[in-house]
Amino acid sequence: MGLEGIGARVVRKEDKRFITGAGRYVDDMVVPGMKHAAFVRSPHAHADIESIDVSAARAMPGVIGVLTGREIKADGIGNLICGWMIHSKDGTPMKMGAWSPMATDRVRFVGEAVAVVVAETKADARDAAEAVVVNYRERPAITDAVAALQDGAPQLHPEADNNLIYDWDIGDASAVEKAMASAAHVTTMHLVNNRLVPNAMEPRAALGHYDKAEDHYTCWTTSQNPHVARVVMSAFYNVAPENKLRVIAPDVGGGFGSKIFIYPEEIVCLWASKKTGVPVKWVADRTESFLTDAHGRDHVTEVKLAFDANNRMTAMKVETVANLGGYMSLFSSSVPTYLYATLLSGQYAIPAIHCNVKAVYTNTAPVDAYRGAGRPEATYVVERVVETAARELGVSPAELRRQNFITTFPHQTPVIMAYDAGDYAASLDAAMKAADHAGFPARKAEAASRGKLRGLGMSCYIEACGIAPSQAVGSLGAGVGLWESAEVRVNMAGTIEVLTGSHSHGQGHETTFAQLVSHRLGVPIDQVSIVHGDTDKVQMGMGTYGSRSGAVGMSAIVKALDKVEAKARKIAAHLLEADEADIVIENGELKVAGTDKALPWFQMALAAYAAHNLPAGMEPGLKEGAFYDPTNFTFPAGCYICEVEVDPETGTTEIVQFVAADDFGNIINPMIVEGQVHGGIAQGVGQALLEGCHYDPATGQLITASYMDYTMPRAGDLPSFVVSTTNTPCPGNPLGIKGCGEAGAIGSPPAVINAITDAIGNNDLTMPATPQKVWAAIRAATKH
Amino acid sequence: MSEVKMVVNGRTITGNVEDRTLLVHFLRENLGMTGTHVGCDTSQCGACVVHLDGKAVKSCSILAVQASGSEVVTIEGLADGSDLHPVQAAFREHHGLQCGFCTPGMIMAATDMINRHPEGLDEKTVRAELEGNICRCTGYHNIVKAILAASEVMSKGAAKAA
Repeated sequence: MGLEGIGARVVRKEDKRFITGAGRYVDDMVVPGMKHAAFVRSPHAHADIESIDVSAARAMPGVIGVLTGREIKADGIGNLICGWMIHSKDGTPMKMGAWSPMATDRVRFVGEAVAVVVAETKADARDAAEAVVVNYRERPAITDAVAALQDGAPQLHPEADNNLIYDWDIGDASAVEKAMASAAHVTTMHLVNNRLVPNAMEPRAALGHYDKAEDHYTCWTTSQNPHVARVVMSAFYNVAPENKLRVIAPDVGGGFGSKIFIYPEEIVCLWASKKTGVPVKWVADRTESFLTDAHGRDHVTEVKLAFDANNRMTAMKVETVANLGGYMSLFSSSVPTYLYATLLSGQYAIPAIHCNVKAVYTNTAPVDAYRGAGRPEATYVVERVVETAARELGVSPAELRRQNFITTFPHQTPVIMAYDAGDYAASLDAAMKAADHAGFPARKAEAASRGKLRGLGMSCYIEACGIAPSQAVGSLGAGVGLWESAEVRVNMAGTIEVLTGSHSHGQGHETTFAQLVSHRLGVPIDQVSIVHGDTDKVQMGMGTYGSRSGAVGMSAIVKALDKVEAKARKIAAHLLEADEADIVIENGELKVAGTDKALPWFQMALAAYAAHNLPAGMEPGLKEGAFYDPTNFTFPAGCYICEVEVDPETGTTEIVQFVAADDFGNIINPMIVEGQVHGGIAQGVGQALLEGCHYDPATGQLITASYMDYTMPRAGDLPSFVVSTTNTPCPGNPLGIKGCGEAGAIGSPPAVINAITDAIGNNDLTMPATPQKVWAAIRAATKH
Repeated sequence: MSEVKMVVNGRTITGNVEDRTLLVHFLRENLGMTGTHVGCDTSQCGACVVHLDGKAVKSCSILAVQASGSEVVTIEGLADGSDLHPVQAAFREHHGLQCGFCTPGMIMAATDMINRHPEGLDEKTVRAELEGNICRCTGYHNIVKAILAASEVMSKGAAKAA
């Protein structure tokens, strides 16, 4: 692997600036003449806007402008859109209601933008925002998706009768019905996947700058995909043509999906900059983030899993209601459909699966992708029902899983996915060994002697990453292709810049991508710079989400490196008077195999640009670009085992051990991969034990709108994790990578809940399993 | 408006601020020292921790005028020139950061924690004492590791100096 190549635990190149306070986030940016924006937001979950009076606000100190939804509409700025078309099972297209960047006539969730104030200081802007008078006529609100589907529920959008966005299905319903009818055993469950707020530590922010002289816009924004932001703002919101709009996502403080989407605020800042003639910066405070960042999860599901007399799975039937909030966010429609139902086969050979999903409007913040996006919801369904089935059948949960594992590849599931490689027994074995599964009964007995209830739960997850083959997702409704681009520029003295459309907001691309180059060319990683996050520097990209940057982003770099190497070989062969096929590149040299003839890398680069002696007809320079379009999804999988101790007196759960054994295929930097797993597990444990986004059902007010109310996992809530990996390389991409960013958040919630329900002897428990709920479940179990 | 005067990272600073200006906004906006971050507005997340007269404080919970006359050290002033502070070095070595946003506050809080525990730290104590700092990326695993490692390095350094 070399000291800095693929597989090496290299400390991160980007850390220096972060540990010294020199990181540059959007809120750190200062542009000459820059002023500050504050939004006027709806205090009501559902209301008509009768009038807006901005006259008092306009007269406040420091105010430069006060702008409303009617003005942005009059200027031709378009509505926000959802970019993935889903058709209902009757063939009708999803019902997309209009979402203006600032509301014109009606508001549909608390926090929806209504007007914006631009002022000298942030404080001036906030003071003036409070002076904007909006007269609302309140309407009844609905926050629960199941209730929103009932006749007589408040209606949000005229396009969507009964608030139904789509009624979609996948799989063979009649085959499932037939299998259910002849099953030896059917396990049935009602499951709720709790709504979460992503909570990247850096709040969203945008700085819009309109340059009148050039008729050109620049937007600094907290984005995971600046190129997508540019094309969407250009093509759909009519902010400016792409060649007149530069989007820069500098250091971004975490995303977890919530910074994929293009929100009203960045559109408004760009538009307001032109309107007011000054650069306009907006930075969310934490409560604005809670109110307006796209939330995650929020599913209610009925599942049935059928078995034959030999405990082999024969069919699964799933019915899910998904809450999409007040408006359809950018990729919201795909999350409870193609990112969810296509993973319901889990790691198991299930001959028939049918899933029906109803997506619903409610008077809550829009819901979209959050770490895992659909796959945690699928895994929760599969792994809760499998564990429950084992308990009902009186067999070991591990062995029931093992008996039903898919063992031959490729494997076509009944729900689109074709799994390419995996060894599920290997990760199950690795996890059971690391968790000392065999020693659990003794530990349980010992805990009981201390008055504690000890439980063990497992979860064997699979996910689809490496998003995604463009043609395949296009046929499923995606509005864009999901390739990635890269450019490798070799400078005159041999240093290298890699331009990538992937975006790093914590993933460590500046290190891992440089490791790939070092591995290929033998140059130190210090001589390789990774350039990303700026549409003026990198021509095109699809960004970072869905654990795609390794599998797709790095594959594009591989393709560009192939081209660079090919040209470098030609130059070296020419200068060394050797055959091109005999040139090998290693340790920063181009060598003639079997001889002591070698050309240092930098001399080859110099020769490429000096162009004094190049092969006949060769263009000077050394710079190559490539686009990589994946041929399939990748399928990371693994086994998580959680062991808990519950205090029956208080209902408090302590995670005493958490083991993860993941198969991510080949790994570039194990240190970074482990860090991704740790963080993912923490978010999954947060969902299982602590985090719950709660709207008041009567008023639609967000009750959990700050860190005083929404329980973020803190260091004392979590153990150290025992993580390891197994490896079946992904056959679908040149590096054999599967992706590791979301696994922890996908695999861990069912493991935690399986462990607690095992400990307390009551399977009726919803997330987050707070001490109060666990205590009540213990009481309910002992009453029986 | 009020005049404030304080020593920030060894340099004497004067400035005029609105009475309601928080120390974190004075540092970020008046002094352009953007290493100290604002993450929550409710004094929960700790992204804004600085040292005020040698003690860790959340700079979002103190007015600039209250800090007048004090000595402030921010993340920008922790390293000794180009030599990283042992806590900074340990965060890098043990991958105690990902997106970097909570990191300045984590490092300032950790430095204070280690200083308050010259007898050394264990995992349980570190986790308990990190209550006021939230990280969404790392699951704390490597932050805890980094702080324990830095504590060892610093106690060895202190022993050598003594």
